[in-house]
Amino acid sequence: MTAQAILASPTKARRRPWVQHSILPGFGLSLGITLAYLGVIVVLPLVALAIRPWELGPAGVFHALAAPRVLAALKLSFGLSALAALLNAPLGVLLAWTLTRYQFPGRRILDALVDLPFALPTAVAGIALTAIYAPNGALGALAAKVGIKTAYSPLGIFIALVFIGLPFVVRSLQPVLQELDHEVEEAATTLGANSLQRAVRVILPALGPSLISGISLAFARAVGEYGSVVFIAGNLPGKTEIAPLLIVIKLESYDYAGAAAVGLAMVAISFGSLVAINGLQLMLARRGRA
Amino acid sequence: MTAATTASAARPISSVRLPGLAILLVLASAAVMAGLVLLPLFVVFHDAFAKGVGKYLDSIRDPDAISAIKLTLLVASIAVPLNAVFGVAAAWCIAKFEFRGKSALLTLIDLPFSMSPVVSGLVWVLLFGAQGWFGTWLIDHDVKIIFATTGLVLATILVTFPFVARELIPLMQDQGADEESAALTLGAGGFTTFFRITLPNIRWALLYGVLLCNARAMGEFGAVSVVSGHIRGLTTTLPLHVEVLYNDYDFVGAFAAASLLASLGLITLVLKTGLEWRHAGELAANRRH
Repeated sequence: MTAQAILASPTKARRRPWVQHSILPGFGLSLGITLAYLGVIVVLPLVALAIRPWELGPAGVFHALAAPRVLAALKLSFGLSALAALLNAPLGVLLAWTLTRYQFPGRRILDALVDLPFALPTAVAGIALTAIYAPNGALGALAAKVGIKTAYSPLGIFIALVFIGLPFVVRSLQPVLQELDHEVEEAATTLGANSLQRAVRVILPALGPSLISGISLAFARAVGEYGSVVFIAGNLPGKTEIAPLLIVIKLESYDYAGAAAVGLAMVAISFGSLVAINGLQLMLARRGRA
Repeated sequence: MTAATTASAARPISSVRLPGLAILLVLASAAVMAGLVLLPLFVVFHDAFAKGVGKYLDSIRDPDAISAIKLTLLVASIAVPLNAVFGVAAAWCIAKFEFRGKSALLTLIDLPFSMSPVVSGLVWVLLFGAQGWFGTWLIDHDVKIIFATTGLVLATILVTFPFVARELIPLMQDQGADEESAALTLGAGGFTTFFRITLPNIRWALLYGVLLCNARAMGEFGAVSVVSGHIRGLTTTLPLHVEVLYNDYDFVGAFAAASLLASLGLITLVLKTGLEWRHAGELAANRRH
């Protein structure tokens, strides 16, 4: 708080006061508003989510989660989200590459439209995708002719998840592709690298970390996605029932603890996978620097 | 500058790239966007007008649709300003001051982005539902939160919680506190400094954040669906109205209501893109959502 404290702070970090002195006013007020609001809107609800499943007891929580219907829903949600995020990788690289590296008429409009899956409310996307891929829909009828069921099958869920995940990968890659040093690419060319070698040995490694972060954002979004999936899914228990829907169903039968258990499991698995993905990203970043 | 000159000087080497490949990749990108992203948008409007303009207008003028629109506007008009005020307050203390626990605070603010919308609704039921922690108390005092407007507002606030804060924090961190310090040293008061210096500096980013926050608030489906109870004319917001009609096989009605939401999304996209083009420098640099 005092001048000595400020002078001492760079060297003796331990004695640093809780908040460094500033001549700006309003720290107490703004932090107070932030903490109060955060406490009511985020912390209190999450505490309820963390505590309420245990009303069932540890064995009860296990039974609630180990029920075949719940396991199937979790497997479906996480499995399809991972697959969709993986397909988003090549699609995202293609779009990000084209949008940053080529000049063509309509490029800026195409670029703006990448955000459409963000901008379109999920229920709207949900019924529109269902209309397209239903057996009598534009693409659904086409697929039905070759014997593929799209809507009301896991494939339908997969398509919806690809749709909502795409912007995450494109937007993660674009800044990197824009800033990727042209000189490095030119150097690779002068050293005799052909286009393919350049792409695989020079550009891809540079994209690695942001590609992974884009994939993990798409994955995280897909796992929790409800509106754009629930219409196209068909919602057959054990077959095409996603985990978020199971929470809704449990709540409708007033099984609060069971619903909270599934919710908590989703949060825990998502968090675990994000930690794992972050680790992978760090590893890649280190290798890239070495 | 130098990088650009080097690159253009070296252009002959890099033009070894096949021009055919560029055309192929552009066409492939356009095909992906058309098939995956634009087709759903087209279908919304196509199916909304499938039985003519008259039917479309009837669906939109239906009393249930009108009350859904009003409820959506009401919920957004409460949730968005609250989140905007919070966003400014959070950005002020995080960007302008150094204090311990800041990264924990940032993590908490980001948290709602990684939660399923359904979970964002569920948590309010766990607190205020009939068997929630405060359920009995609420029933005794005849206060309704779940299956009422308050619940819709709470769920919407939680889902759209980080939008404004996330836009403002990186920008205000970049801007630092020099200008404010100068104003204060010259004798300006705290509020004058905020309204004359800080607010003009962050106005475009604030508008950007509010725009995204509002679009999500009006379009939110999963979280409000959990707390709504789907009482027609009372607790159905516009996205829920879409669901109710769709499940009743009233497809023209569902897509007509959906077309309003899609228009909201398109308008948001246009305004957002306009802001990005015109005020790129005054918006936060890293944007992921």
